Amino acid sequence: MTDAGATEIPIGSGDDVVRVRQAVREAAGAAKLSLVDQTKIVTAASELARNTLIYGGGGHARVERVDSGLGRAGIRILFADEGPGIPDLDLALTDGWTSGNGLGLGLSGARRLVDEFSLDSAPGAGTRITVVKWGR
Amino acid sequence: MERVPVLKIGDILLVSIQIDLQDQSVLNLQEDLADRIVATGARGVIIDITAVEIVDSFIGRMFATIASISRLLDAETIVVGMRPAVAITLVELGLSLGGVRTALDLEKGLRLLGVDGLAAGPRDRR
Repeated sequence: MTDAGATEIPIGSGDDVVRVRQAVREAAGAAKLSLVDQTKIVTAASELARNTLIYGGGGHARVERVDSGLGRAGIRILFADEGPGIPDLDLALTDGWTSGNGLGLGLSGARRLVDEFSLDSAPGAGTRITVVKWGR
Repeated sequence: MERVPVLKIGDILLVSIQIDLQDQSVLNLQEDLADRIVATGARGVIIDITAVEIVDSFIGRMFATIASISRLLDAETIVVGMRPAVAITLVELGLSLGGVRTALDLEKGLRLLGVDGLAAGPRDRR
């Protein structure tokens, strides 16, 4: 079983970022992640949802429960936008580098908070980021 | 847009965050606090985040910004009530909030500001 009902949330405003956090918190609780792991994945989701809104010009998040097949549950979140894309992925993942006026911790920080992180982007082709956090 | 209320107790301003903060609420709070510090002549600001489940880089930066703004306006800021999971996550995120003073709870925060009536210890102001 890899899909126990996914929730899709459009990201078009600051309120939507809050909605993504709430959906992730709910899913992380249902997947029985520890409190610290719940906090980490919700925080990572908040960073990535904000990026989708600000840099991607909006998009959506898809939150779903995943099972490892070895009795471990986790949650997977996809963030997708049709924005300008990221020209230099290595640079974008560097601590402190920002193309906007943030701290440059969004992408790099979010990556540290999750167990799996994949980023698919090209100039003009939008950005898709998938993260997974597993229960211990 | 929900606004976070700013309460005045003596010469301290108290902000207790009870909502899931969206970025614009955070920016509004920054401005509201700066205005209230000047209007009231408050010498201390306490931000109570006991109810806050996550602090991401934007919200964390807001604490640092508020601390800097209030310092310029002659007030000291103390963030109180951070949950252990939030502290762990913030450090892993890469935000250590070096310039922000913290206390474990409201009572300790008030004591740091030298508020009387709480069996105040020695004034401990940096």
